[in-house]
Amino acid sequence: MTLQMLLFLVLALVAIASALGMLISRNAIYSALFLVLNFATVAVFFLLLNAPFIAVAQVSVYTGAIMVLFLFVIMLLGAERAGQIQAIQWQRPLAITLAVILLLEAGYILLGQRGVIPPTTAQIPEGFGSPAQVGTDLFKSYLLPFEITSVLLLVAMVGAIVLTKGEKK
Amino acid sequence: MLPVYYYLGLAIILFTIGALGVLIRRNAIVIFMSVELMLNAANLAFVAYARYWQSMNGQIFVFFIMTVAAAEVAIGLALIVTIFRTKASIDVDQISTLKG
Amino acid sequence: MLFNAANTGGFFYLVPFLVFFPVIGLLINITLGGRMGEKAIGAIACLASGLSFVIAVLLGLALLGRPEGVVVPYLNWITIGNLQLDWAFRVDTLSVTMMLVVGGVGTLIHIYAVGYMHEDVRHNDDPGRYRRFFVYFNLFIAAMMILVSANNYMMLFIGWEGVGLCSYLLIGFWYEKGKDGIGNALAGNKAFITNRIGDFGFLIASFLMFKYFQPLAANGVFSFDFDSVATIAKQVPQGVILAITLFTLLGVTGKSAQLPLYVWLPDAMAGPTPVSALIHAATMVTAGVYLIARSHAIYSLVPVAQNWVAIVGAVTALFAATIAVAQFDIKKVLAYSTISQLGFMVAAVGMGAFVAGMFHLVMHAFFKALLFLSSGSVIQGIERGEHLVEHDPTLHKRMKHEGHFDPQDMRNMGGLRHKMKTTFWVYLVGALALAGIVPLAGFWSKDEILAEASTLNPAIYWLLIIAAFFTAFYMGRQIFMVFFGDPRSEPAAQAKESPAVMTIPLIILALLSIVGGFLNFPTLHTFTTWLEHTIQVVAEGATGGEAVAGGFNIVVAILSTVLALGAITIAWYLYMRRSQDMLKLPLNKRADDPLRPILGPIFTLLENKYWVDELYGYLVIKPYQWLSKFLAEKVDWDFWHDFFHDTILAGGFNGATRLLSGPVDLGIIDGIANFLGDGFKELAAQMRKLQTGFVRNYALSIFIGVVFIIGYLIIRLG
Repeated sequence: MTLQMLLFLVLALVAIASALGMLISRNAIYSALFLVLNFATVAVFFLLLNAPFIAVAQVSVYTGAIMVLFLFVIMLLGAERAGQIQAIQWQRPLAITLAVILLLEAGYILLGQRGVIPPTTAQIPEGFGSPAQVGTDLFKSYLLPFEITSVLLLVAMVGAIVLTKGEKK
Repeated sequence: MLPVYYYLGLAIILFTIGALGVLIRRNAIVIFMSVELMLNAANLAFVAYARYWQSMNGQIFVFFIMTVAAAEVAIGLALIVTIFRTKASIDVDQISTLKG
Repeated sequence: MLFNAANTGGFFYLVPFLVFFPVIGLLINITLGGRMGEKAIGAIACLASGLSFVIAVLLGLALLGRPEGVVVPYLNWITIGNLQLDWAFRVDTLSVTMMLVVGGVGTLIHIYAVGYMHEDVRHNDDPGRYRRFFVYFNLFIAAMMILVSANNYMMLFIGWEGVGLCSYLLIGFWYEKGKDGIGNALAGNKAFITNRIGDFGFLIASFLMFKYFQPLAANGVFSFDFDSVATIAKQVPQGVILAITLFTLLGVTGKSAQLPLYVWLPDAMAGPTPVSALIHAATMVTAGVYLIARSHAIYSLVPVAQNWVAIVGAVTALFAATIAVAQFDIKKVLAYSTISQLGFMVAAVGMGAFVAGMFHLVMHAFFKALLFLSSGSVIQGIERGEHLVEHDPTLHKRMKHEGHFDPQDMRNMGGLRHKMKTTFWVYLVGALALAGIVPLAGFWSKDEILAEASTLNPAIYWLLIIAAFFTAFYMGRQIFMVFFGDPRSEPAAQAKESPAVMTIPLIILALLSIVGGFLNFPTLHTFTTWLEHTIQVVAEGATGGEAVAGGFNIVVAILSTVLALGAITIAWYLYMRRSQDMLKLPLNKRADDPLRPILGPIFTLLENKYWVDELYGYLVIKPYQWLSKFLAEKVDWDFWHDFFHDTILAGGFNGATRLLSGPVDLGIIDGIANFLGDGFKELAAQMRKLQTGFVRNYALSIFIGVVFIIGYLIIRLG
């Protein structure tokens, strides 16, 4: 058990636990907070995978902006209340069953792959995953998607304002 | 780095939990959050493979996914707020008038 | 066609015109008659008939140079297998005799009819029917010419049927009049149907002829012509010939009104008088006599049949003469007289005295036509008187109103010799000729028959002589009742003579009746030699050469004259003296006929014609009508229509359609269609349950899909 493996296991457990916590928690605020923890853990993973820019983006965009937004809306709508009686009784058991099947399938695939995929090399190019690298790629190879994404964000902004303003006559 | 399927396995587990969240929870916001979790799991898989193949494409893709997810969250929450105004509830089971 | 005949030379090639002139005449009258006046129609008809007579005269002249006769082929009618029927004209002395009679007497009657019908159509209120009369009259002449000029039995039969048709058409000429409004039509029916029974006999004879003669004919092809029949008949078994002759006799009794099929002739008097004269006295009814004369070759082979013919003729002669004694209708007397005289002719040809029979045929044509036409004149004279009385108030008061006034009833006549002089004299000539008073025509011909009978068949002789006695008696009765004494009714007192167009033919016929006898004057025998070219005169048991040719037996002649004069004297006594005495009796005790008190019930028997018509009605007609009613009502309507058609066929069909439309169409087919529709609706109702309306369920369905696809890929790709 190397350090890496140990680190990975710990972080994985935290991630999974926080995910499950988000799933199970009756209180929406608690769910949001669990998710924030999950995102943070995944950001660490990103760091471990030589993707520093993405890691920071994850923390700042996802946890910082998106989850905050979530929390705002939760608090706005007063969604701490517990859910009522289930309308569809068979939904939950069926979903869990299917999830288990999916995991089994995934496990089967992964374990089958164990001997197939060659291990990764330790050496990686200098500056892999650095912001400079990301920026260079964005503006060179992926310029068009980048610009479109900016339009997308504009649309989202406008849309959000339109939607929430639409009630006034 | 560890063999890539470790990260992949983790991603799958997170994805499944997110899917379960979408299917089981009735709170619209929690469902939304589960969707974010699923997207996040996909991000993890992308970054893992980007590291494996030593290609920046994976990370760029994650970048775009994040951007889109942000836009989507904005709109989605705006929608939820709008629905809440008419329905006074965010229980998705109550938005079921289009039944056959 | 017409010009093959030219090979025979002379006037013979004109023979088809015998038939064609009347046909052309009737066609002109049919097509253009509507636009022409009565005079033109009458003129064309008389001209057509007259031209036919001219042709007959020319043929007679041509025959003088070639007396053995000529066959003029015209066209080929039927050729099928063993049968070959041609329309060929036979010009020999026998047929030319008939042609001359038909043409000559026919033309005179046409001329008479121009005047008679002019008054008759006005008396019956239908002037438009004038044209139809002459069309039918010309048609009759054409058919009769076909009959007498035929060269074979089938063409003869065509003419036979043709004259039968014309007889029917002309008897029922006033079809809406008569007893109960259909009496005339019924009389026409009776004539036609009774003739049909005779025709049945003729046809059976023809079929027998074909069956037995055809194998013996030249080349096996039989053509029914008289010459081949005469030669072949000698080889055919006697029994067959007997059958043929007896069946032919049946046909003759129908056409020539002998026992038992004579009953139509008295009823045929319903037709206008020229019809009675031409058809039912002079020409059509003599066709039977002509047929037997024509068939002399086969009749002379079977003496048994000849005997039957003679017996039928003689008995009919006597039978009819007795009935004539008690008839009151002027035309009915003449009708029964015709039957009686035809009996004389048939008896003559039956005995083998063909010449005598044909001679009497010609003479009878003259005086019987004369008598009928004169009676028509008398009747119209009475009708003119009746017309005067109806329109004159003073006269009208004098007339006794006792029911319907019958202008033909002799009891309403009397004293007409002062009012209708010409008619009286010609009628007297005709009556004396019929009675057989020397030197008028009837004496010579009837005497020849009696002479032949006295030598050949005494039984027949006695029957005929008694019939001759009665003949003279009833003619005397008729003369005295009609022309002598005082008028017994107002119309008779006011009767007027007929116009010249009617009296002139009467005078011509009277002259012929006077001089006609010299045609076959004993020792001259012109007619005998004339006919001998055609008929080998054979008389079994002839005593001498003279008897063969119809000799003059002075004893017979004196006896018949004495009897005739005696009969007339008795008639004079009864109808002049006795009726004067009877006038002294009061009206209710006075008999209408002096004979009635003398004969009593016998008179009633004779007056009712021995109730033969009633007997036939009871024996034949009633069962027949019952049978046809039964077949029509029970079998045809009740069973066939109602039961079979309506119940079984229509009902079955309707039932089948009901079955198909109800249970099959609605039940089964609609059921299948509805089943499919309902099935789909059920399916849709079930499928609808997938749309729960919950978003989570839809998401679940996506998730299910994902799981299964991954599972499938795992399984497939290992």
